[in-house]
Amino acid sequence: MNDDFRSRVERERPYLLRYAALQLRDAHAAEDAVQDTLVAALAGEASFAGRSNLRTWLTGILKHKIIDAIRRSRREAPVEGDASELEALFTENGHWADPPAAWPDPEAALEQQRFFAALQACLERLPQKIAQAFMMREHLGLETGEICKELAITPTHCWVLLYRARVALRECLEREWFGK
Amino acid sequence: MMLSCKEASRLVSQGLDRDLGLFARARLRLHLAICEGCTNFKKQMDFLRRALRELATRS
Repeated sequence: MNDDFRSRVERERPYLLRYAALQLRDAHAAEDAVQDTLVAALAGEASFAGRSNLRTWLTGILKHKIIDAIRRSRREAPVEGDASELEALFTENGHWADPPAAWPDPEAALEQQRFFAALQACLERLPQKIAQAFMMREHLGLETGEICKELAITPTHCWVLLYRARVALRECLEREWFGK
Repeated sequence: MMLSCKEASRLVSQGLDRDLGLFARARLRLHLAICEGCTNFKKQMDFLRRALRELATRS
């Protein structure tokens, strides 16, 4: 084993932990996924040879480990509630009850650490299954077809979950950040 | 038949996940052209995607 390779891999552990925790919302599950990733990476050093970016390569392995973890836990996570919160957004004839107003200077928010803390707090407030589908889409970058398969839901159901996540995050960010 | 805001906002979200097809895309564009609330909603949905990308890359 190449010690230099081992220490380079080890140095990526904090990044990988953060990455896994964002998706799995469970410190133990995240650590397990990262541990499996590091073991697989060290065993597969040869397959890294010649690739340019270690972090990208490790993240690719980690994504598979995260999907395995989701697959193992999917029976434990029923979808919470119905979509009634969506009904409240609109009047009976389909108009916004309270039309979204433009957010002041969203670009500036992306420069601020405090904004990302608020975003993360909003993500943590999402119901489990909705957060899972949303993070598989936006964080892991999976296509909806793959998300449907892993969560054993129909595409239509998947789109509804993603829509509910986005609507909830929009409201939370408006309350916690842009409304201030 | 004109899209309602309820339908338009749903299509805005789905547009981030699948190809809406020519017809739905045209109807949505028509709605957005005259609806400020849904236009703001769409900008916020696009922003949300960018923010999530940024969140993942921050160390």
